[in-house]
Amino acid sequence: MSAWRVPVALLAVALAYPLVFRTNFAINFGVLVLFFAVIGQAWNIAGGFAGQLSFGHAVFFGTGAYCSTILHVKLGINPWLGLWASAAAGALVGAFIAALSFRFGLKGSYFALITLAFAEAFRILTNAVEFTGGGLGLLIPLKRSAANFQFPERIGFYYTILALAALSIAIALWLKRSRFGARLAAIRENEDAARALGIDTFREKVKIMALSGALCAAGGTFYAQYFLYIDPVVVFGADKSVEMLLVSMIGGTGTVYGPLIGAFLLTLVGEGTRALTNAQGLSLIIYGGLLIVIIAFLPNGLIDLFKLRWGRRRA
Amino acid sequence: MLEVEGLSKIYGGLRAVDRASLRVAEGAIAGLIGPNGAGKTTLFAAITGFALPDEGRVRFAGVDITGRAPHRICAQGMVRTFQITQPFAQLSVRENIMVGAYLHTPDRDEAAARAEAVARQVGMAALLDRTAAGLTVAGRKRLELARALATRPKLLLLDEVMAGLNPSEIDEIIPVIRGIRDAGVTVFLIEHVMRAVMSLAENVHVLSYGKIIAEGAPRVLAADPVVIEAYLGHGAAQRLAGAAHA
Ligand SMILES: Nc1ncnc2c1ncn2[C@@H]1O[C@H](COP(=O)(O)OP(=O)(O)OP(=O)(O)O)[C@@H](O)[C@H]1O
Ligand SMILES: [Mg+2]
Repeated sequence: MSAWRVPVALLAVALAYPLVFRTNFAINFGVLVLFFAVIGQAWNIAGGFAGQLSFGHAVFFGTGAYCSTILHVKLGINPWLGLWASAAAGALVGAFIAALSFRFGLKGSYFALITLAFAEAFRILTNAVEFTGGGLGLLIPLKRSAANFQFPERIGFYYTILALAALSIAIALWLKRSRFGARLAAIRENEDAARALGIDTFREKVKIMALSGALCAAGGTFYAQYFLYIDPVVVFGADKSVEMLLVSMIGGTGTVYGPLIGAFLLTLVGEGTRALTNAQGLSLIIYGGLLIVIIAFLPNGLIDLFKLRWGRRRA
Repeated sequence: MLEVEGLSKIYGGLRAVDRASLRVAEGAIAGLIGPNGAGKTTLFAAITGFALPDEGRVRFAGVDITGRAPHRICAQGMVRTFQITQPFAQLSVRENIMVGAYLHTPDRDEAAARAEAVARQVGMAALLDRTAAGLTVAGRKRLELARALATRPKLLLLDEVMAGLNPSEIDEIIPVIRGIRDAGVTVFLIEHVMRAVMSLAENVHVLSYGKIIAEGAPRVLAADPVVIEAYLGHGAAQRLAGAAHA
């Protein structure tokens, strides 16, 4: 099937990459690209596919990071199990925020602000409560083993995040071809028309926010296990929300591969400037500049350069 | 098929729909006419769940559906189109119609086949791969009709699907609507194009200032002084007269 050519080729390249480029730098680079692709896609399936723009997706990311970490550090629960708990918690928080906002008819920028408010509230809460380690955050005790979701070799992390990235792209591909995805596109394009044609817009929006929250929270658990340290600012901060949104916008919102492309660029700029200088914030300046150029010349995102056949035109 | 009893919709101090009652018989093409601002669109909105009625009841196929959500009403078999067309602008015509078709099937190929069949029925098969945003007014009106039809309605409420069309486009769409009825769908249409109302509708309701002021066969109504007065009062008499030689 020709429809499978692009994803299969991408997967083959991604599987081979760490076997060819074996340095820590190269593998770390790959991990970061795939990590941003996962959380960017989590934002994209809600913001891009369903048109529910969020400024506060960090609320899901942080929920995931804290959920598995607290279970692990305080209750000794294995982080692989914690990953599932995080996804469930992310789905719950997503469904809750969506149900609350959409029940009161909040749309567009109001919805975006509600998500931002939730992320900030969660940040302040985790900062204030001792149970979550307060402002100091939580340190995951070092105990390197694959069974403990702390791979002795980076390549283990690489393949773990690759599995999540593949899942996120599979979800996006499914949305492009399924009834659920068609309904989300209808909601994005015109909610009244969607309702007139029999779509329960409230339910569909709650569903996609739950899915988006689950995926994003899984990314949060991965982050915690990769860096073995989380604090409220890092996981609930506005920076994370903006990163997810930018990854998707720069690559191409509402497209299957946009977040992957955006993640590659974000990582390239981030790691590149870090390798060249240690000026803090330079990467963000470059990234902001790139964003302006891309919005000016490629309003649909970098994906337009690739002319992929499974872009936004496909149902 | 449809029974509306004492339906009112009040905006601030304005009774946009004022205790309107009417019936649409199964298998009919019924019309709703009235001067601009009479409350026709609001009446449709109150019937289909887009506006919560302040008074009155709506019964559809024997079931009281007053105040139900639009998507539930659509699932029961009553669907409306929008006077101001509401296309899914970035999607293709095919994808637009498929959204309607997905109401009764989760299967993509089945929905696509249904979309193509409906597109042929309304005469837009050649436009299936066009983006909705690029359609002409006539194309958008047809798309409204096609999407609604794809949901397999029992009752189709059409809000001025002919407004903005030129005479030859109107001539094309009249038989399409008749064909829809002949295929078993009851049609209730708001229309300013009198020629279309005359040739399509068997029974017409006249709305003025939110009230149903007359009902009957279109030829009879055209000579009814109450109806003519309602239009003249709004300076819309030319519309009636113009229709005679349009
Ligand atoms: N959402 C609303 N809020 C306040 N007033 C409204 C609203 N919708 C409609 N109205 C008012 O209700 C009245 C009826 O409007 P409506 O659109 O139903 O008329 P109509 O008969 O469809 O007119 P037209 O022939 O121009 O389409 C108008 O005076 C309009 O301004
Ligand atoms: Mg109207």
